[in-house]
Amino acid sequence: MSIERLFIANRGEIAVRIIRAAKELGITTIQAYSEGDADMLAVKLADESVCIGPAKATESYLNITGVVAAAIEKSVDAVHPGYGFLSESPEFARAIEKAGIKFVGPSADTIERMGDKVAARQAAEAAGVPVVPGSKGRIDSVDEAVEVAAKVGYPVMVKAAAGGGGKGIRIADTEDELRTLAPQAQQEAAAAFGDGGLYVERSVKSPRHIEVQIVGDGRKAVHFYERECSLQRRRQKVWEEAGADCLDDETRENLCMAAVALAESVNYRGAGTLEYLYEENTNEFFFIEMNTRIQVEHPVTEMITGIDLVQEMIRVCGGEPLSVSQDQVKKSGHAIEVRLNAEDPFMQFLPWPGKVESLKIPEGEGIRFDHFMYEGYQIPPFYDSLIGKLIVHGKDRADAISKVATALEGLEINGLKTTVPLHKALANDAGVASGDFHTQWLEPWLEAGNLKPENT
Amino acid sequence: MAQVLSPLPGTFYMKPSPEAALYKNPGDPVAIGDTIGLIEVMKTFIEVKAEFAGTFSAYRAEDGLPVTAGQALAEVVV
Repeated sequence: MSIERLFIANRGEIAVRIIRAAKELGITTIQAYSEGDADMLAVKLADESVCIGPAKATESYLNITGVVAAAIEKSVDAVHPGYGFLSESPEFARAIEKAGIKFVGPSADTIERMGDKVAARQAAEAAGVPVVPGSKGRIDSVDEAVEVAAKVGYPVMVKAAAGGGGKGIRIADTEDELRTLAPQAQQEAAAAFGDGGLYVERSVKSPRHIEVQIVGDGRKAVHFYERECSLQRRRQKVWEEAGADCLDDETRENLCMAAVALAESVNYRGAGTLEYLYEENTNEFFFIEMNTRIQVEHPVTEMITGIDLVQEMIRVCGGEPLSVSQDQVKKSGHAIEVRLNAEDPFMQFLPWPGKVESLKIPEGEGIRFDHFMYEGYQIPPFYDSLIGKLIVHGKDRADAISKVATALEGLEINGLKTTVPLHKALANDAGVASGDFHTQWLEPWLEAGNLKPENT
Repeated sequence: MAQVLSPLPGTFYMKPSPEAALYKNPGDPVAIGDTIGLIEVMKTFIEVKAEFAGTFSAYRAEDGLPVTAGQALAEVVV
């Protein structure tokens, strides 16, 4: 019953990563590719490949009918969706299931449920996972808002119950402020949406982004500890770590066990990540969402636990039970991943899809480089700009940061501009070294001119 | 006659959105810095601006199709 022929419905570095994991399991790999990706590394590494349409993603990697037809034509028994594209599409998972093919991920129903913000929040609450406390439903008077605020604690965020897009959002630090701001929010909501109903919730100040990796086999789930991904630009993670040194042991244990409880409560199968906001000054964490797929930053977890998460997800989705129990998951040291993008960090991160003229990859103990480049490869302009991920494993956080700096010195990618200079500057930054940052730290740091050619 | 070249490889668009009007029509005046088209590259849209003034002549690339870096996108009579 285990998987013999695996179809990879993705591209870039994650396709290469999946092929490597499948090969180690003795599985035949079939790589899907668009016309813009015919010469990508995954096509060269896979046992077989199949073109699924034009370069435009909506006509290839995002075309459910076309991808499913190609998987059927290739007589595969499983499909790995990678991340992005169709990885969290319940319609895609359902179409794969209906074709009698295994989906390397949770069931379509679970993807649907966890992809719905309200349903996911309810599932989290039911499993005892803390969510950002707020009003149960809409609020129509200032007194009601004050009542809720007293319960959830200040500061609170007041926003329009209808609509979105930031209209009517106010943050109040005290009851007096709330009494001034709530009527303004009501007016703005009424003007924008024709409905003055409000929603009040705790405002999480300077949040850190902490997430927990889990894998479930449909019955049991285990966690592989947490990651911190607070260094973000335009809501894109740029630098990720495992573990999160800002947490004390008790908080870490609570965070991880809450993730397992939620995963088991929905009979989760495959790899998944629970994302939390963590407020350092109150030591509180709140569930925000669950990603029902493998994530870009999974290698940092693999480095500290020694477990191949991509192999594990393929095995459990093939019908096997988890290969490890919770007490067999041990962690050691600290790992950091930096995302390398084909962008010019000195020119507002302008995309730079050049041709890889030469490539020198750093090697050594605790250094890993996941990518899809080779000398002479033209990076296609049609997809996102991630070209690789440099991952290091050190004995502690300071050691890992110093390894990032050393490894970056040994990395040479000629022919394109990359975000390597940004990471060199971050690896040498005192704020990064002290770990004193949050999700709104990096953009002001860039705006303040901290990225200069001389400190990279 | 001067050519506006694509600064990057990507997908070329001669309108800011599918429903919008063309950035330039033949005979339109062109000032330095005027937007002539858009290049979609790695999920980012970049405005292509005129580096010279003159009168717009014609587009030389197709709307919504891939272009290479350095390819002529439009012609301007200077």
